[in-house]
Amino acid sequence: MLLAVVSVLSLSIGVVPIPPADLLSPTPQQWQLLTVSRIPRLLAVLLAGAAMSVAGLIMQRITQNSFVSPSTSGTVEAAVLGVLMATLLLPGASLTAKMAVAIVTAVLGTLVFLQLLQHIRYQDPVVVALVGLMYGGVISAVTVFLAYQRDLLQLLEIWQTGSFSAVLAGQYEPLYLVLVVGALGYLFADRFTVVGMGREFATNLGVRYTAVLYTGLVVVSVMGAVVVVVVGAIPFLGLIVPNVVSLFLGDHIRRTLPATALAGAGFVLGCDVVGRTIRFPYEIPVATVAGVIGAGVFVWLILRAAQRTAP
Amino acid sequence: MIRVDDLSHAYDDELVLTDVTLRLPRGQVTALVGPNGAGKSTLLSAMARLLSPDSGRVLVDELAVADAPADVVARRLAVLRQDNRVAARLTVLDLVRFGRFPYCQGRLRQEDHRVVAECLDYVQLGELRDRYLDQLSGGQRQRAFIAMVLAQETDYLLLDEPLNNLDMAHATAAMQLVRRAAEELGRTVVVVLHDINMASCYADRIVGMREGRVTVQGTPAEVMREEVLSDLFGLTIPVHRVGGHLVGMHWAPGPVPAAAG
Repeated sequence: MLLAVVSVLSLSIGVVPIPPADLLSPTPQQWQLLTVSRIPRLLAVLLAGAAMSVAGLIMQRITQNSFVSPSTSGTVEAAVLGVLMATLLLPGASLTAKMAVAIVTAVLGTLVFLQLLQHIRYQDPVVVALVGLMYGGVISAVTVFLAYQRDLLQLLEIWQTGSFSAVLAGQYEPLYLVLVVGALGYLFADRFTVVGMGREFATNLGVRYTAVLYTGLVVVSVMGAVVVVVVGAIPFLGLIVPNVVSLFLGDHIRRTLPATALAGAGFVLGCDVVGRTIRFPYEIPVATVAGVIGAGVFVWLILRAAQRTAP
Repeated sequence: MIRVDDLSHAYDDELVLTDVTLRLPRGQVTALVGPNGAGKSTLLSAMARLLSPDSGRVLVDELAVADAPADVVARRLAVLRQDNRVAARLTVLDLVRFGRFPYCQGRLRQEDHRVVAECLDYVQLGELRDRYLDQLSGGQRQRAFIAMVLAQETDYLLLDEPLNNLDMAHATAAMQLVRRAAEELGRTVVVVLHDINMASCYADRIVGMREGRVTVQGTPAEVMREEVLSDLFGLTIPVHRVGGHLVGMHWAPGPVPAAAG
């Protein structure tokens, strides 16, 4: 409901405002603006928001850690490194080819993080989150160094800071891939939940733990990489949205996945609308708005967790 | 029948199971007892294919658990480990429904819902079905997990120290539940127990392990004898007959016999 209202807002706001009343019977000029820019932008926002949140949800369950997400485990950073490498090594490559490289590096980056997790002595969720942030930082350092050497720092900015201002028809369509992997994720919802109860629990129920874990890894990495390549990284999204939804609905993925997707889409849409209005007619990237709000919610979640573990 | 043939397993070069061969008949409650580190839990894990042993094999009614398809085994035997730390916020109902996973892959049919409801009633958690697991007491949570493995409707039920962290009343209730599952539902139960008196009162058969080997097995009357127990635990445990049960007074031991070291 709220999502619908904000969606209408999103369609009307812009350098050329379209009054909500005109949305139903636009002039040809307005119609062109809508189909080329506003509607693609809205769809991109909804898809990216839903994808990053669902990716976080699946990741948190299969690793049994509520402070793990694509942006705190190297997935996003590895995807950025991948797309940069693709740009450097295969200059003429299409967006699809670059995306494929980013997906591969995202899978590898996440895999390394999962291996790292098994060697950490303190399995405290907060420690794991901090290790993930540091690990992402290391990958980012490599990426920035490469970009600096090749004078591509500005290009890097596009992937590191998510923004929807450049979304136009004909350019955002790869995002639809997240619908496909999202459907796969929903199909595996029960298995992810079972795996989230531990290896022995899953084995007892005849669920193949390792196979499901890797399926989850691929789903998460594809979602993360596609969003990074098309719109750029949106910080904290995959971390806070699933956690807040879980407070209300628990951890059964079949129940929480649709709600998480909706809430993520709504949150990013809200951030995007805010980013477009507070410095009108200029824009603040959605990543900045989401970062400011997300950091606050993240700190609140950590304090809450710390209170619960040490009463 | 569960057949264990020449099972051996080592953790980091330390043998925890040495050539264990065992036959556990159907329809009985078998208790695995022995001191810490005797290999009871490792043996149970190997029976439940949670661990692949270095050598040897486990057959459950001629089904090789290590090689058979995962869902086929999951409809034949269910296992409950001792550490049921709840990593996810699930309701009691969610948990028990997972017991039907080997049958319906998450899409429950009418039959599955019926079994889930029956199992919840069986452990008397019908009223608490919508509670989250982390809102339950230890005893209630243990019953919820038992309901889940019951809902798997397997002929065989393997329980690893199900009485851990339960107070006396809850521990007794859990053992009565296990006994009823064997008698009323015809399940074959293998249960790792620390308390030999629980084994004596509720099991049809006791298997004693020490240092990775099965050292003694038989009915409670055969195992609950001072010389057998002192061999097994290295502790003189006076055995008395109380109200028809053989009870070992391990809390008031005699001097340690020289033979057992």
